[in-house]
Amino acid sequence: MLSSSFPWLTTAGLVPLVGALVVWLLPAPTRRLARPVALAVSVLTLLVVVGMALSFDVAQAGTHQFTETYSWIPQLGVSYALGVDGIGLTMVALAAVLTPVVVLASWHDAGVDPSRVRTFFALVLVLETLLIGVFAARDLFLFYVLFEVMLIPMYFLIGSFGGPQRRYAAVKFLLYSLLGGLVMLVAVIALYVQGPGGPEGFLLDNLVGLELSETAGRLMFLGFFVAFAIKAPMWPVHTWLPDAAGQAPPGAAVLMVSVMDKVGTFGMITLGLPLFPEASRWAAPAIAVLAVISILYGALLAIGQTDAMRFIAYTSVSHFGFIVLGIFAMTSPGQNGAVLYMVNHGFTTGAMFLVVGMLIARRGSARITDYGGAQRVTPLLAGTFLVAGLSSLALPGLSSFVSEFLVLVGTYARYPWAAVLGAVGVILAAVYILLMYQRMFTGQVPEPVKALPDMRAREAWAVAPLIAVIIALGVYPKPVLDVLEPAVQRTMEEVGATDPQPAVSGAATAEGADQ
Amino acid sequence: MTPFAAPGTTFTPPEIDWAALSPVLVVVGAAVVGVLVEAFAPRRGRRFVQLALSVAALAAALVVVVLRWGTVEQNLVGVSALFDHRVSLFLTATLLVLGLVAVLAMAERGESGDPFAPQAAAVPGSPYEDAARRAGLEQTEVFPLTLFALGGMIVFATAADLLTMFVALEVFSLPLYVLAALARRRRLLSQEASVKYFLLGAFSSGLFVYGVALIYGTTGTVSLPGMLQRMAQGGATELLATPDGEPSLMLLVGIVLVISGLLFKIGAVPFHAWTPDVYTGAPTPVTGFMAACTKVAAFGALLHLLFYALPINVLQESWGLVIAVVAVATMVVGGVVAVVQTDIKRMLAYSSIAHAGFILTAMATSTVPDARPLSISGVLFYLLAYGFMTIGAFAVVSLVRERDAEDNVTGEATHLAQWAGLGQRSPVLAGVFTLFLLAMAGIPLTSGFTGKYAVFLAAVEGGYTWLALVGVLVSVVTAFFYVRVIVLMYFSSPPATPTAVALPSPLMGAAIAVGAAVTVVLGVLPAPVLDLAASTLALP
Repeated sequence: MLSSSFPWLTTAGLVPLVGALVVWLLPAPTRRLARPVALAVSVLTLLVVVGMALSFDVAQAGTHQFTETYSWIPQLGVSYALGVDGIGLTMVALAAVLTPVVVLASWHDAGVDPSRVRTFFALVLVLETLLIGVFAARDLFLFYVLFEVMLIPMYFLIGSFGGPQRRYAAVKFLLYSLLGGLVMLVAVIALYVQGPGGPEGFLLDNLVGLELSETAGRLMFLGFFVAFAIKAPMWPVHTWLPDAAGQAPPGAAVLMVSVMDKVGTFGMITLGLPLFPEASRWAAPAIAVLAVISILYGALLAIGQTDAMRFIAYTSVSHFGFIVLGIFAMTSPGQNGAVLYMVNHGFTTGAMFLVVGMLIARRGSARITDYGGAQRVTPLLAGTFLVAGLSSLALPGLSSFVSEFLVLVGTYARYPWAAVLGAVGVILAAVYILLMYQRMFTGQVPEPVKALPDMRAREAWAVAPLIAVIIALGVYPKPVLDVLEPAVQRTMEEVGATDPQPAVSGAATAEGADQ
Repeated sequence: MTPFAAPGTTFTPPEIDWAALSPVLVVVGAAVVGVLVEAFAPRRGRRFVQLALSVAALAAALVVVVLRWGTVEQNLVGVSALFDHRVSLFLTATLLVLGLVAVLAMAERGESGDPFAPQAAAVPGSPYEDAARRAGLEQTEVFPLTLFALGGMIVFATAADLLTMFVALEVFSLPLYVLAALARRRRLLSQEASVKYFLLGAFSSGLFVYGVALIYGTTGTVSLPGMLQRMAQGGATELLATPDGEPSLMLLVGIVLVISGLLFKIGAVPFHAWTPDVYTGAPTPVTGFMAACTKVAAFGALLHLLFYALPINVLQESWGLVIAVVAVATMVVGGVVAVVQTDIKRMLAYSSIAHAGFILTAMATSTVPDARPLSISGVLFYLLAYGFMTIGAFAVVSLVRERDAEDNVTGEATHLAQWAGLGQRSPVLAGVFTLFLLAMAGIPLTSGFTGKYAVFLAAVEGGYTWLALVGVLVSVVTAFFYVRVIVLMYFSSPPATPTAVALPSPLMGAAIAVGAAVTVVLGVLPAPVLDLAASTLALP
């Protein structure tokens, strides 16, 4: 076992980047190897991340480990600083697990032209580097740079390989995200100006705990929050997601919704709360309202969708509402649930996107009404979708249940009304998932569906890990929670929030004393 | 104060610091030799001689600047005609490096042919022009003209008195008017551009010189450090300041007129109207040269005026507000109008207006002492970064060509629709252009982001957070039209008659490669150049 001083994070980020270069530079006769090479590289990255996870000191999960700090642009106070706590490690692992799955599932999505194929897989690998980096960044400037740069490969993935409306969707995606990012940039600069400055002025360790004036802190928090809310995406700045996810190739949609959008909620909990504790507490009730609206609005619109990909996008808007609600409830169960939800949503939604993508590749249409009775023709696809869907509606025993339950419990302690309304979202989730399953997989089999082949071995290998994780985390989430809990605890301390004492038990004690 | 020395007094010749003047002397000297070459060298070898002479002169001047870098005292402010400190050396070096790359781009004679008219004096479409073309005539005067322009720009950017500044303004403007008229194709458009540029330029020169007169009338000096001294004394004369210590109206009008003249050269709103027409009509390599180097020169002059001649205590913060308002107008007009352009050169012209606005955001803080070092280094860095991406972008534009019915490569395909599908047919060219566009849009890891960061940092440090906020919002607007070109190149199918992409000659290839390399390096590892820009700080 390598010691913890080994530059794990740089290695994990560098492997896919070098792999992308190799894939891109393959000489013409060997270009058909682009896909196997990409798969090998992504698996190698996964192995590096597994090695890193094994050397992670779970007892110290609240502190940042595997830290590396080098001066990058000292004149601007910028360092190349990496490090992960429990939350960061989990997110890096999410990216590392999903990338090989996406590579395997997208085997034929880039067509047959070898130069397009290599472009597709090189972009996926570059994206993996940037995602690992953004979750590991311990320097605000570095975080910002990666936060913005990761838009570019995704933009090309959507624009070059997406559906008929891909140009519109790609531009909308990019401009929306840039808008949020640039507003955040002003806040980043302002925070640096307020901070200690110097050649390490952007290190997060130097920025947490600054004494900010009330107005300045709140304005800067809003700058950050707008960027993260667009990324997450929350109502009312979610409108880019259905277009982008609906037009993206399924593999890119998985990386976008399951991993990249998590940067938004990741940023809220690891940057927004610790950097601006006062402002976060001030804004929490309003954000809880937005989160509840996201939950209900996303769920209602999901019920009304006619396009399968857009359907999943709207379910995600609803799920992200739960995550944000959990974070800003500022209770330990709420935040633990929220972070666990980020992982679970990644796998659940990833599986749903992939299965729907496989169906679309077979049938050539994303319209839900073009399907029906597919269960009898493609039982494996239907079964996989059902498992992922049931996890999405938080069926006990599947992964999302644990996290959704924790979020609602944690929220109830702070905002009972939000928890009640959120629970309505759980019911709506059952409606949209079961309705969707009914419309696509049961009933009369239309003629074009009858000839559809079921899941192939490659596709099964791609989806199997996701289903395995969904079930495993549903039954035994403790290992992940153990890693997350100390980090969440530290965040709670930094933001100065304490778990409210259950009011009922207080009243009951008082009553008991009276008698 | 008599013009003639009284009898009996001995004549003392002015002391001339030849070392400080040497870059200008080398460049202008080479330009003069270039004129002689035109007269005496045989026509066949002329182009090579001119090119070699220009490159050698610029390189030599650059060597001189590098050698002098260590010897110039950081805080020395020149008292004669030119500032001789590191800010001016940095500006000179920037102009020389950009000039070198621009000359390489102008020397393009590859598959796409000469970008300049065979005989500038020939009436467009006349038999004489036809004969000149068939005879293979070349207008090799472009090289000495470029050197004259560069020499003037160096003096303009480093001038320490307003009259020197005015003479330099004319010295660099006149060759540019001529260069703008030299396009080989669409000559009428090119000549119209030149006349517009000349008329509006003459008008702005008039404003400038009138302002100089008013300033001289109130302060009794045209030297920038002298102005600083006189104004700092305040109320010395009634002309200079009103009894209650406010600067006099005459002085204010004078300063406004001088600054207006400079803003014209920068292309700032409301003095921007010439930019789109001139950028479109001029030969594309000249457009790149003008866009990059004129901006450096004019911002250099404005920087010296704002930071070294206008004392903070006289003009107070309202001055910063004026520049801030101009910056907002420039950013917004440039960014928004660019969105509706359908011609790539016009789009880049409006984009250059928007960039001028971004740079002005850092200038607005010239009245805030704490932010002044950040402003100066931010402006210097931005100018360097912007210059390289602009020359590179225009060089790429000059390679994308139309075809005629016989499949010959003809004029430039500047309509945006003609750029559709370029990414599939010329991945390298489209990739490089995408890099330049992303840099202009300010995407991190490109020089454009570092530059924008530097100027917005100066603005926030100086208390102009709202200005930085406007800046980032305009950045999103500008991103829209840059991204639209990327969409066209990569995500659209080629038009029915696909455009041709001319193979660049090695010189042009080198120009584009240098532009791209600098754009990446200044984005990923900007530390050394930021160090250089920061080490120039020499404030009175």
